[in-house]
Amino acid sequence: MTRPHAMLELDPAVVRRARSLARKAAAPVVTIARSHTTVSVERATLRLAGLAGADHERVPWVNHLVTAVRDEVGLEHGVTTPVYDALLRGEAPDLTTLAQKAASGNVSFRLPTGREASAARRAATKGVGAGLRTIDRSRATRDRLVKRHGDPRTKPWIYLIVATGDIYEDIPQAQAAAREGADIIAVIRSTGQSLLDYVPEGATREGFAGTYATQENFRLMRAALDDVSKELGRYVRLTNYASGLCMPEIAALAGMERLDMMLNDSMYGILFRDINPIRTFVDQRFSRQVHARAGIIINTGEDNYLTTADAVEAAHTVTVSQLLNERFAKEAGLEDWQLGLGHAFEINPEIPDSFRMELAHAMLARQLFPDAPLKWMPPTKHMTGDVFRGYLLDGFFNLVGAMTGQGILLVGMMTEAVVTPFLSDRDLALQNVRYVMNAASGLTEDFHPPRDGYIQTRARQVLSEAVDLLDRIVSDTDAAGDAPLLAAIADGTFGLMKRPATGGKGLDGVSVRADDYDNPAITALDAWTPPAKGATR
Amino acid sequence: MSASKQQPGPATGSATGSPSTQGPIIRPYGDTTGDGMVQMSFTLPLPHDKKAEGAALQLARKMGLDPALLVHAKAMGPDFTFFVVYGSSTHLVNLDDVHVVEREYPLLSAKDANLTIKKQLRRKLVVVGACIGTDAHTVGIDAILNIKGFAGEKGLEYYREIRVVNLGAQVLVPELVARARAEKADAVLVSQVVTQKDAHIHNTTQMSAAFREAYPAGQVPILIAGGPRFEDGSESALGVDRIFGRGTTPGEVASYLVHEIGLRKGKKP
Repeated sequence: MTRPHAMLELDPAVVRRARSLARKAAAPVVTIARSHTTVSVERATLRLAGLAGADHERVPWVNHLVTAVRDEVGLEHGVTTPVYDALLRGEAPDLTTLAQKAASGNVSFRLPTGREASAARRAATKGVGAGLRTIDRSRATRDRLVKRHGDPRTKPWIYLIVATGDIYEDIPQAQAAAREGADIIAVIRSTGQSLLDYVPEGATREGFAGTYATQENFRLMRAALDDVSKELGRYVRLTNYASGLCMPEIAALAGMERLDMMLNDSMYGILFRDINPIRTFVDQRFSRQVHARAGIIINTGEDNYLTTADAVEAAHTVTVSQLLNERFAKEAGLEDWQLGLGHAFEINPEIPDSFRMELAHAMLARQLFPDAPLKWMPPTKHMTGDVFRGYLLDGFFNLVGAMTGQGILLVGMMTEAVVTPFLSDRDLALQNVRYVMNAASGLTEDFHPPRDGYIQTRARQVLSEAVDLLDRIVSDTDAAGDAPLLAAIADGTFGLMKRPATGGKGLDGVSVRADDYDNPAITALDAWTPPAKGATR
Repeated sequence: MSASKQQPGPATGSATGSPSTQGPIIRPYGDTTGDGMVQMSFTLPLPHDKKAEGAALQLARKMGLDPALLVHAKAMGPDFTFFVVYGSSTHLVNLDDVHVVEREYPLLSAKDANLTIKKQLRRKLVVVGACIGTDAHTVGIDAILNIKGFAGEKGLEYYREIRVVNLGAQVLVPELVARARAEKADAVLVSQVVTQKDAHIHNTTQMSAAFREAYPAGQVPILIAGGPRFEDGSESALGVDRIFGRGTTPGEVASYLVHEIGLRKGKKP
């Protein structure tokens, strides 16, 4: 792809200022993330070391083991040192047996010192290293398959959703969607999975408005898409969700099972799911480090800002969130090509110039993040049940996508807010996309918004409002002396939600790291650098 | 439509056919009174060929379209065909036989709900929510309370004039009562998904009894139970004011709360 021209004539000094403010806002939060751990980070580490499965009540063994260690020695030293010390002491021959014994209280954990501590750490590094190597192998396999089958021939990549609740129903639907033209299949999760503090086990056949994310479901779907990729001569990507209380674990499973994209937003869980801010930022950093290593493209959730607030008034909150998501992602080692920063077509179609504003906002995102595969999301809020009007709106959405060189296009359905799309709705939606792309994607060549015209002016206005908001965020303070971004989240700067750092779900799963905290996964991920440019994609 | 077409007697009794003068018998309106024209689209699990088109027309006729006009047929992959059919419906509707069950309260937009609360209470409406007993399924309560919401509707947190206190899962009844008192709750929402050994019924009756014990008569907050397995109309047996079942949206709950608050306000001297 050629780089889009600088069409908006943004002031480079303002752009630089926006980025430096985002960096400033993120820095203290990164420090917090690096000085805490969570139950989910520790469970993810054990999953990398190969601990899988669950007891007869479907409580995962990683939950049992982390709970047992936490009760006896605490989590502040990391779970792996006491766990591998127990293995070296011969308490059990392997992790699964150890977890089983721990679940029935038949093993005691301690914090080893001196040479015993070093031995436990060495053993842990070796154990966790196996999972990281699995992730590396999955990445290499993806590279090989993309080379063999090829990437989609055109951009944007077409993103379609399946969500039956039953993985064995999802599979044929996903394969059919790929045959109809989908480049990316997203399996929507069961409602409320983000609030479960464990990852369900095994192949699942029932869910609420979606299918549970489990390691086995990941594996089954990826294998099915490998078959269809081969048939179609194009690598079909698989997407799932790393949000909620189990971000780190889901990220580890996704990396090992070769998912290709993951929804992963820096603040979504806090704002829209009332998950504790510290928990979220700690979990998020680990999960993003894993995504970076796995070569996974993240999709961020800026569309959510526009469905809860007015898409014109809140346009700048999307830009702010994109800048923060970019900053947190870069800090965690993700590269530009992995940043599917989100934005959405959600302006009320009744207001004058709504299309011009959509175009201005989309161009702004395109120009601020020229090397990121932006994720362009269809109208939902103003889809009324009038499917005919909805179809037209989706056409205009596609047109903005075509005119602004989006990387990932979530296909809009005229049945949005009505029913789960029919087979025919999906077919019509894809016809809509194809028609617009064929007819108008060349417009990027001809269309340049006139200097200081409506579009340029609107884009500059949104950018400057974003800078103002970032300014307010970095100078925010609260009585507790929290990081400014946390203070801003606590006093309701984002949307209508006030989320104090001391509230929300999952706070009890957060521990301050002790000086001797050791986590071989984090050590390896911190030391990791992406392969040389061009080597992988 | 052509004049030769069969006309249904009563519906076209008036020559002008303007809606205000028609009788109780109704047919769809395409471009002429009484033409009965409808348009529909559907998919058949058949490859696209003459036989599939015939099948589509037969289906349309069985659905009461006569004549039926197949205007579009398109293969969707090797196994499915999409059809668009126009036709005149032979069915008549007698308005006198149309009975509708009205919800006893109007469905309000978030904005209207906020306005009404502001007007009636002159303060925020306080809602305390929890999953009680051993139930850890917060799916339902979160769908109603979390700003993320459900079915495209934002949860109660989104309402500016509603203050939501979500206590989460496995909350004990005494704890819920104490918190409701401390927060001066106007309404208490409990969610019950697990139904083993009728746990949802025991938990809910225990909850409502505890509230009646803890509050003076007439001052108990609005008690709402939500879950997929509650029986319709079992409110009084459970001691709650309202039951909401599967598929309830936050807007319905908010509208009900506004309605009920209004009633209670009206009752008080």
